[in-house]
Amino acid sequence: MTNVTMTVNGKQVSGEVEGRTLLVQFLREDLHMTGTHVGCDTSQCGACQVHVDGKPVKACTMFAIEADGTEVGTIEGQANADGSLNVIQQAFQDHHGLQCGFCTPGMVMTTAALLKENPTPTEAEVRSYLKGNICRCTGYHNIVKAIMAASGQDVGAIAAE
Amino acid sequence: MPKDTGIGAPTKRREDIRYLTGKGRYTDDIRAYGECAAVFARSTVANGKIVGIDTSEAKKMPGVLAVFTGEDFVDVGGNPAGWLINSRNGEPMKEPKRPVLAHGKVRHVGDAYAAVIAETVEQARDAAEAIIADIEDLPAIVDMREALKDEALVHDEIGTNQCFDWGWIEDNRAATDEAIKNAHHVTTLELVNNRLVPNAMETRCSIGSYNPATDDYVLQTTSQNPHLTRLLISAFVMGIPENKLTVIAPDVGGGFGSKIYHYGEEALVLAAAKKLGRTVKWTADRTEAFLTDAHGRDHVTKIELAMDAEGNFLAFRTKTMANVGAYLSNFSTATPTFLHGTLMAGNYTVPNVYVNVKTVFTNTAPVDAYRGAGRPEATYSLERVIDKAAREIGRDPIALRRQNFIKPDQYPYASAAGLEYDSGNYDALMDKMEDVADFAGFDARVKESQAKGLWRGRGVNAYIEACGIAPSNLVGQLGSRVGLYDAATVRVNATGNLSVMVGAHSHGQGHETVFPQVVGEMLGIDPASIDIVHGDTSKIPFGMGTYGSRSLAVCGSAVVRATEKIIAKAKKIAAHMLEASEGDIELKDGNFTVAGTDKSVGFGEVALKAYIPHNFPIEDIEPGLEETAFYDPANFTYPSGAYCCEVEIDPETGKVRVDRMTAVDDFGNVINPMIVTGQVHGGLAQGIGQALLENTHYNADGQLETASYMDYAMPLAEDLPMYHVDHSQGTPCTHNPLGVKGCGEAGAIGSPPTVVNAVVDALQRGGKNVTHVDMPVSPHNVWKAMQSA
Repeated sequence: MTNVTMTVNGKQVSGEVEGRTLLVQFLREDLHMTGTHVGCDTSQCGACQVHVDGKPVKACTMFAIEADGTEVGTIEGQANADGSLNVIQQAFQDHHGLQCGFCTPGMVMTTAALLKENPTPTEAEVRSYLKGNICRCTGYHNIVKAIMAASGQDVGAIAAE
Repeated sequence: MPKDTGIGAPTKRREDIRYLTGKGRYTDDIRAYGECAAVFARSTVANGKIVGIDTSEAKKMPGVLAVFTGEDFVDVGGNPAGWLINSRNGEPMKEPKRPVLAHGKVRHVGDAYAAVIAETVEQARDAAEAIIADIEDLPAIVDMREALKDEALVHDEIGTNQCFDWGWIEDNRAATDEAIKNAHHVTTLELVNNRLVPNAMETRCSIGSYNPATDDYVLQTTSQNPHLTRLLISAFVMGIPENKLTVIAPDVGGGFGSKIYHYGEEALVLAAAKKLGRTVKWTADRTEAFLTDAHGRDHVTKIELAMDAEGNFLAFRTKTMANVGAYLSNFSTATPTFLHGTLMAGNYTVPNVYVNVKTVFTNTAPVDAYRGAGRPEATYSLERVIDKAAREIGRDPIALRRQNFIKPDQYPYASAAGLEYDSGNYDALMDKMEDVADFAGFDARVKESQAKGLWRGRGVNAYIEACGIAPSNLVGQLGSRVGLYDAATVRVNATGNLSVMVGAHSHGQGHETVFPQVVGEMLGIDPASIDIVHGDTSKIPFGMGTYGSRSLAVCGSAVVRATEKIIAKAKKIAAHMLEASEGDIELKDGNFTVAGTDKSVGFGEVALKAYIPHNFPIEDIEPGLEETAFYDPANFTYPSGAYCCEVEIDPETGKVRVDRMTAVDDFGNVINPMIVTGQVHGGLAQGIGQALLENTHYNADGQLETASYMDYAMPLAEDLPMYHVDHSQGTPCTHNPLGVKGCGEAGAIGSPPTVVNAVVDALQRGGKNVTHVDMPVSPHNVWKAMQSA
């Protein structure tokens, strides 16, 4: 067992982990932060997306030991300080960008990373950036719409319906 | 009341807040004090005789608490099929036992033959690898045609690989044969409805616990219908009395059918919890999900359409082989029969329909209902053969369909496949579809595609489905071993807020938002003061759960009936409070008023009076304000639609891109249009996924070659377009109180033939005389079709 220390959503945490313990296990099992989900174990689905030192990372593909000394951001740290939904979260609710909610934390974390890199993405850029996030419920239409709305763009024109 | 919250309003979903902030509570998020972990040892061969399982080393491994094998469950029951289907000759279907853990034989890759319980999941996994299983490899039975030769058997004890040979409707057979023999034109098509894996993003997970002091069991599990799971475990598998077993399905991360069924892992964690006195948890990894979740579709069909010289449909005749996999899952016998054969008249006035379905055991995962369940298979066969027929006789595919549509003045309409459709207007749907899909701009888009070197094609479809399953009397006659009603309790609390306990389970459908819209509208109160309670058998009267697009049509109707009872009782209380006659009391905007006067009491005052019954007519009215209703519908509901797809094919590669997808559906009345639209979107993505990308492939040895997201092509955002969705042409259901029909499966039913029709059209426009391409229309399959044309 090895001791790891990291900052999660601005708070310093530490714990004892096995070499094979994944970051997502550490978050879920040790820190009881269960908003980060495991959907596939092979880095395709993105339900476990978190931020490590500001970059999007799939927490099922990183050992907890590798995250030692880093700053980790998870879905639990995304809401505004007063607990209200942040701009991205609010856009997902406004545009019905989620159904069962399982992929949603990953979608929100990926969106935050996308908008940091590209504040006003086109529809094609959004769809391309989501290639590592699978949603089985929404057919992506409303997720794309929510992301573009979160970037401040008028989605009336792009959404066919 | 503000109209942004009642019936017909696109109310935003209240459940979103917890999902968006990481506060959802899915089964795997639950941790119990003293919890231990279960891991299953699963077969790596498709068909094998279990010679011996040596667990001695595994039992000595660190942290191991117990190891179970099939021997431990020989005395408990099997997991049953919910519908008894008889063959054409009257013989009942073959029903081999589906044990909790494999015993004697393993029958598909992933079939669990042992389970290890250990302090941690890592220890359990290590120990599972130390189990030495002596399994004699037998030839794998994978292909259905080969299986029907019965040269090797999946279940030795039944002596055949055929589960049943079903005819629908057998009395129509001779007339159908005759109509086809004498027809002016017969179009024949052989097609494959490709096997799919449902792939809810949350894998299955089950937690069992047991209290020896009270003999109570609790199962927390990923289920679409906790009451059904309880019933199956109680009545069939383990014999635990229902009053001693609570089944809880908390937040569930998608189901699409795969979480309707009871699985052996649920029984195992309960048995282990009892033996160890510990809470036992099992969570599937994604490959386990691919190997063991019930799959969908997997039909091989030959369909014939007979027409007269004017193009009037005279008969549909279908021969289908349907794969049921290695064991009968709970709805596996109903899906290819009554959810498929009964829809084989489609939207048409065809007088003769005959369907023959042979179901086949193979050494593959069980196959059962997946979003649409039988109806996508019916629609695909019908709408592909009609398209082919139109091409053969030189008719416009829409005109040919319209000519044969049931007309609005013909309802109720008794279809040649045995159903009575209550309402619909298929021409209105087609008209609207032509408008929404911008038929006017199609020629210009064809030219634009040509300029890019691409072939554009357009496909259309008309579908009907049977939802809201269903009347218990009818399904009972058809072989169902359960009733298919639903239940709700409306509890008005003393302070005027409401808890509504419903038998349907919400796992993405938005019940927590929609049901309060209905109750709030009926009572004239703010829906925000109404909460839905679901997914816990200890809190809810009963319920048959969520599948078959039934939640609103069946459970929503139960909610309406219970709320009507609340109103009736509240009026009595109000009449007493207002010293008026009950018949004079009107409920409007949340107030009970004596008609024609300004005498009035608010809903909250009545609620308080019910629970603080001072000066209360106790001899006439019981205290309290809580009512339960069970609702059993009079018929199925019949959503229908007209769909259109435009694709572009790259002739250099055979790659298909869906450019435009239009879905115009008749769902009857709509309670929350935002949610309905979202349901259609999701169905479309799964249908386009089936048509374009998804395929489940077992090799000749029965190894599943598509058992992870690296090999199974899940539809991604960049594979799909924005959709054009319309549900303005609703014709209300005539027999449920809300006039609703159900919207959950439509997109997955209507879209696959639409996409394939468009692909064939594009190939034809590109000069290739291709009449059919099997799904998925992958570059490989399209390229092959182009080369052979």
